[in-house]
Amino acid sequence: MAEAAVIAVPLIGGNKSAADVTRDVAGALDATPSPLWWGGLALSSAALLLGTIAIGYEFATGIGTWGLNRTVGWAFDITNFVFWIGIGHAGTLISAILFLLRQRWRTSVNRAAEAMTLFAVMCAALFPLIHMGRPWLFFWMAPYPNSRGSLWINFRSPLVWDFFAISTYFTISAIFWYVGLIPDLATIRDREPGTRRSKIFGFLSLGWSGSFRTWHRYEVVYLLLAALGTPLVLSVHTIVSMDFATGVVPGWHTTIFPPYFVAGAIFSGMAMVLTLMLVARKTMRLEHYITQRHVDAMCSLVILTSGLVGLAYGTEFFIAYYSGSPYEQFAFYNRATGPLAWGYYIMVVCNVLIPQLYWLGAIRRNLVIVFIISLFINLGMWFERFIIIVASLQRDFLPSAWSDYRPTSIEIATFVGTLGLFFTCFLLFCRFVPVIAIAEIKGVLRPAHGSHPAHDSYSGYSEDISPEHH
Amino acid sequence: MSSRLLVSVFEREDDVVQATTAARKEGLEIVDVYAPYAIHGLDRAMGLPPSRIPWVCFLLGLFGAVTITIFQFWASAVSWPINVGGKPWNSLPAFVPVIFEVTVLCGGVGTVAFFIWYAGLKPGLESPMSDLRVTDDRFALVLRQTGAKFNRSAVEALLKRFHAVRIEERGDIA
Repeated sequence: MAEAAVIAVPLIGGNKSAADVTRDVAGALDATPSPLWWGGLALSSAALLLGTIAIGYEFATGIGTWGLNRTVGWAFDITNFVFWIGIGHAGTLISAILFLLRQRWRTSVNRAAEAMTLFAVMCAALFPLIHMGRPWLFFWMAPYPNSRGSLWINFRSPLVWDFFAISTYFTISAIFWYVGLIPDLATIRDREPGTRRSKIFGFLSLGWSGSFRTWHRYEVVYLLLAALGTPLVLSVHTIVSMDFATGVVPGWHTTIFPPYFVAGAIFSGMAMVLTLMLVARKTMRLEHYITQRHVDAMCSLVILTSGLVGLAYGTEFFIAYYSGSPYEQFAFYNRATGPLAWGYYIMVVCNVLIPQLYWLGAIRRNLVIVFIISLFINLGMWFERFIIIVASLQRDFLPSAWSDYRPTSIEIATFVGTLGLFFTCFLLFCRFVPVIAIAEIKGVLRPAHGSHPAHDSYSGYSEDISPEHH
Repeated sequence: MSSRLLVSVFEREDDVVQATTAARKEGLEIVDVYAPYAIHGLDRAMGLPPSRIPWVCFLLGLFGAVTITIFQFWASAVSWPINVGGKPWNSLPAFVPVIFEVTVLCGGVGTVAFFIWYAGLKPGLESPMSDLRVTDDRFALVLRQTGAKFNRSAVEALLKRFHAVRIEERGDIA
C-alpha cells in the first residue's frame, strides 16, 4: 500500500455533490427515529430522572447525604466534575485547535464534538453547584455590589478562577457552536419553506442569505473565535488543575499538574468523541462522512495523549522519589499499594496500556474494537481523577487523621443522572440539529486550492479509492 | 437611473469565481455573490478589502483586560482589603487567570455581537436569493445594471461564457 500514500484520498466518501450533502444531513432530521434511538432515549431519560430525584434530595437535605468525612472532603463529586470538564475539551480541540492547524478532516466531526462539549460542561457545572451546599446562593460567586458591605470575592482563590474559567468556557463554546450553525439553519430553512421547522430555523438563522460579503466577515469571526478558543481550552483545565496544585496535599502539590491535566482532558475527550461518533455514524448512516480516515486521525490523537498521560504518571513517581520528601513518597507508595491500588491499576491499564492497541491498523479498521477501547479509556480517565483526589486525601500527614471513603447511593445516582443528562441532550441534538456542518463539508468536497498534496495526503487505507482505480 | 439587478446562477464554484473576476475586469458593479459555503479566493475576485473585525476583537479584549485588572485591584486592595495568607493587597500574579478569562469573554462575545449587528443579521429578516438554491448547491452573481458601460447583451454573453444556467432581472434588494 506504499503507493497509496501519494494519492490524496477525498475527505468525504461516496463522491458526494453539494446537494447530496444537504439531502443527507437535513434528511436525517426527517427520518423516523430508529428503535435504537428510542431505546437510548428511554434509558438515558430514566437515568436523568434518577439523577433529578437524587439532586432534589441533596438540595432538600444537604451534602451530608454524601460519604464525605473530615479527611476526605472532596471525592465523588469533584471526580465527576473533572471527568466531565475533561470530556468537553476534545470538542474545543477539534473545533478550534484543529481549525487553526488546518486539519480539514475536522469538518465531519466538529459540530457533534462541540455539542458534546456543551453538554459535558453542563454536567460538570452541576457538581460544584451542588457542592456549595446552598446552591440557590450560587450567584455569590460573582463579584456584584451587595448588602454585605460590598464583600468582594477572593480573586486570589483558584476556585474563583475556576468559576470564571468554566463560565467563560461555556459561553464561548455556545456562541462558537451557534455561529457555526447559522448557515446550516438557513439551508434547512430554504429546503422546506412553510413548515414549522423552517419558521423556527428561519428565526434562528437571523436572515442568513449566503451573501459572500457576510461570508467574508463570517470567516474572520470564525477564525477569531478559534484563536480565542485555543488558549481558552488550555486555560480551563490548567485552572482546574490549580484547584489541586495550589493546595499543600502530597500528591496534589506538583507543578506538573497543568500540562498533565490538559493532556488527560484531551485524551478522555477524544475517547468520548470516538464513542459518540461511532454510534452516530452507524445509527444515522454517516459512513461516507465519518470514514476510516477520521477514525485513524482520532486514534492517532488518542495514542499521542495516552503517551503524554503515561509520561506524567511516570514523572510523578520519579519526582516523588527524587524530592526526598517522605510525605510525597508515601502518597505515591499509597497509590500503588494502598487501599485504592485496584483503582490505580485500572487507571494505568486503561489509559496507558490498552490505547496502545490503536497502533495496529487491523484494530483501527475493526470499529467495534475501536469503540470498546474508547469505553475503557473513559473508564480509566474517570479512575484517574478518583485516584488523584481520594487516594491523596485519604492518607495525608497524620496517621491518626487517616480515613476511608465510600460513595453513597445518592452520589452514585447523581453521577448516573449526569450520564443521563449528557446522553439525553446528545440524542435530542442528533434528532433536531444537523449533526454535520453542512456548509463546511461542502467546502471540503474537493481538494484544497493550491495545497501541496503532501499536506492533504493520507497514507491510510481506503476501500473505494485505491491506486488501481486511477 | 435604473436600479434593476441582473442575477446569474452558476452550478460550479470555479465558474462563479471566474465570472466574478471577469465582471470586475469589465468594470461592472458587483452587488454581491451568494454561495452555500465560503469560497476561497472569491474575496479577491470581488475586490473585497480585508475585514477590520480583528481590530474590533482586539479593542474589546483590551477593554475587558483593563477593566477587570483595575476592578480586581480596587476590590482586593482598596474597597475592602482582606489579608489572605499574608499575601500583598495587590497580588497581581494571582489576578492573571481572571484577567485572561475576561479578555477572552469580552473579545469573543463582543466580536460575534458586532458581526451580527454589522452584517445586518436579525431574526425574521427575508433572505433575497433563497429561491435560487444558493444555500444548497447553486451560486448567484448579482450585478447592478447601471453605468454607461452596462450593455445587457454583452454582459449576458460574458456570463454565458462561464456556464451561467439562468440569468434574470430582479428589483433592488434592501
